[in-house]
Amino acid sequence: MQLFGLSKKDTLFLLIVIFLTLATPILLQPFAEGSGLAQFNAGYPDLMQRFAIYGIFAIGFNILFGLTGYLSFGHAAFLGVGSYSAVWMFKLLTMNIIPGIILAVIVSGLFALLIGWISLRRSGIYFSILTLAFAQMSYNLAYSVLTPLTNGETGLQIRLSDPRILDGASAAGSLPTTNLFGLAMNDSVKMEFFGRLFTFNVGYYFSAVMAIIVFYIALRIFRSPFGLMLRAVKTNQTRLNYTGVNTRPYTLAAFVISGMYAGLAGGLLAAMDPLAGAERMQWTASGEVVLMTILGGAGTMMGPVLGAGFIKYFENIFSKINDNVLHNWFGPLPDGLENFLVDLVHPFVGKGWHLTLGMLFVLVVMFLPGGLVEGGQRIAALFRRKRKPDGSGPKHQPKQAPHVAE
Amino acid sequence: MGILEVKNVSKRFGGLKALDNVNLSIQENTVHAIIGPNGAGKSTLLNCFVGKLIPDTGSVMFDGHSLLGVTPYKINQLGVSRVFQTPEIFAELTVLENVMIPCFAHRDGSFRMHAFETVDAEVEIREKAEAMLADVNMLDKKNEHAASLSRGDKRRLEMAMCLAQDPKLLLLDEPTAGMARADTNNTIELLKDIKKKRDITMVIIEHDMHVVFSLAERITVLAQGTPLVEDVPEKIKGHPKVQEAYLGGH
Repeated sequence: MQLFGLSKKDTLFLLIVIFLTLATPILLQPFAEGSGLAQFNAGYPDLMQRFAIYGIFAIGFNILFGLTGYLSFGHAAFLGVGSYSAVWMFKLLTMNIIPGIILAVIVSGLFALLIGWISLRRSGIYFSILTLAFAQMSYNLAYSVLTPLTNGETGLQIRLSDPRILDGASAAGSLPTTNLFGLAMNDSVKMEFFGRLFTFNVGYYFSAVMAIIVFYIALRIFRSPFGLMLRAVKTNQTRLNYTGVNTRPYTLAAFVISGMYAGLAGGLLAAMDPLAGAERMQWTASGEVVLMTILGGAGTMMGPVLGAGFIKYFENIFSKINDNVLHNWFGPLPDGLENFLVDLVHPFVGKGWHLTLGMLFVLVVMFLPGGLVEGGQRIAALFRRKRKPDGSGPKHQPKQAPHVAE
Repeated sequence: MGILEVKNVSKRFGGLKALDNVNLSIQENTVHAIIGPNGAGKSTLLNCFVGKLIPDTGSVMFDGHSLLGVTPYKINQLGVSRVFQTPEIFAELTVLENVMIPCFAHRDGSFRMHAFETVDAEVEIREKAEAMLADVNMLDKKNEHAASLSRGDKRRLEMAMCLAQDPKLLLLDEPTAGMARADTNNTIELLKDIKKKRDITMVIIEHDMHVVFSLAERITVLAQGTPLVEDVPEKIKGHPKVQEAYLGGH
């Protein structure tokens, strides 16, 4: 079966991704309500939306970093610009999210064109520093100088007094909610079966459909001659220049595409919760998407999504494990041992979740340079070897070229 | 009028005069070797042909186009390909992908936004790339990682990449540097074969006299940035000036 111009393998791959994305509200709710492990469930709307949105952000970042090797340290600027654009659309035009998201993608694309055009004159560390500098400039502009546009530290919010030309009248009385042709983003259908509570949220499904669409686009880019050129930029730019290829428009196109992905993610963040703050553009946010991509596996299709999910899961779930929870867990043990274990685990959970994440990151970079995806591949290879122990291990075979999308 | 015309080219690096008033005319469909001791300015001259360096004075004309100040990718699109001293290939890609890239560049020009086509569907490009690999006897290795190739195979791959663009002029910067004798002989055979099969002009910079005298139809001897003599190989061998400046040292 071949769909949408994809090979057989890729079609299957895409179908699996679509299934996993649509089934997320069920898959992330594996533990029964009220059981001790229920707090590890991640199937609530807010977090699932973030999985999808930061997944989009990371997929886009990977088109630049994973394919061309250009490490941008300022992609949060595009995320922020996307959010501001979308909120302005909600203020001026309509609470329907479509115009806001379209504007977010366009504005961030133009912004990326400007920053990319300048930054791509340099490569390596100088490129990274340039993008970082531009992002920090954007952050500071948004925070202070451009207050009329961004509402400074408070952040841009919707108000009752906003004009909203298209649907202002219906919004009398209380603040309107973002919607898709009347379908409110914060609407959810809750269902309970097998003792588990599943929440099917409109906002999540909208973000998920967008994520599937942009995942498909990214997959097509990876498999295209354009994608091949981008990979060639990463491995040997000198040879590419002496092969008659002008690398600048290729890298700029990749930069703008990834900026538009970031803008889409920013617009979606605003669509889920209509406010935009300058902190969304700060360098820590730019660093986060770098971590997501590397943790998951740069240059692979699934890696950035896995990385984004992993980090957002840690941020939201691990950070909630406080001392009370730990005492609960270790309660059955003798008191001395209980306190000792709680003290031992304490620095790594709750507010210390960054420590665990940092250590994981170090371990992954040192032992799995290909990220979580490489980890998965190694485990799969282990199983394969067990099945046929006839000396056809990897050593006896020609080394296979790494496939870009697993 | 040659395909490559170099007139009064000089290049200084600080106090060092790397090229001093070089005049050179390379005839179409010949193999022209440029030899000379270390520091004679051979590589500097080659770099002036591909857009890496801009000479201080003089002119470089290729096929009616001035090459001064033209970027490497544009010079390549005019029909000049270059083989490097250490093979420059796309190490992280497969051998076949390595050759497909110049095929794309040859067909689509220096930039094309072909983001919604698939590489797998480009049958013509793949067939051409495979034919090029067959030409250098590397078709059986097409799915290998380029980084895992031997030095000799990397050189062959680079040659296939250059030929995939049907260049009018092929520049070879010490194509056998660092190679074992067997690999060197293979490279000589390969170049002879290429020359036999197509209309191509080659400029070879080389230290190895065995390579030079097996291949070259004309030889220019460069010393201290100036051409000493230019002649056919038989005459160069016995030339007293050359003996003194170059061969005498061997």
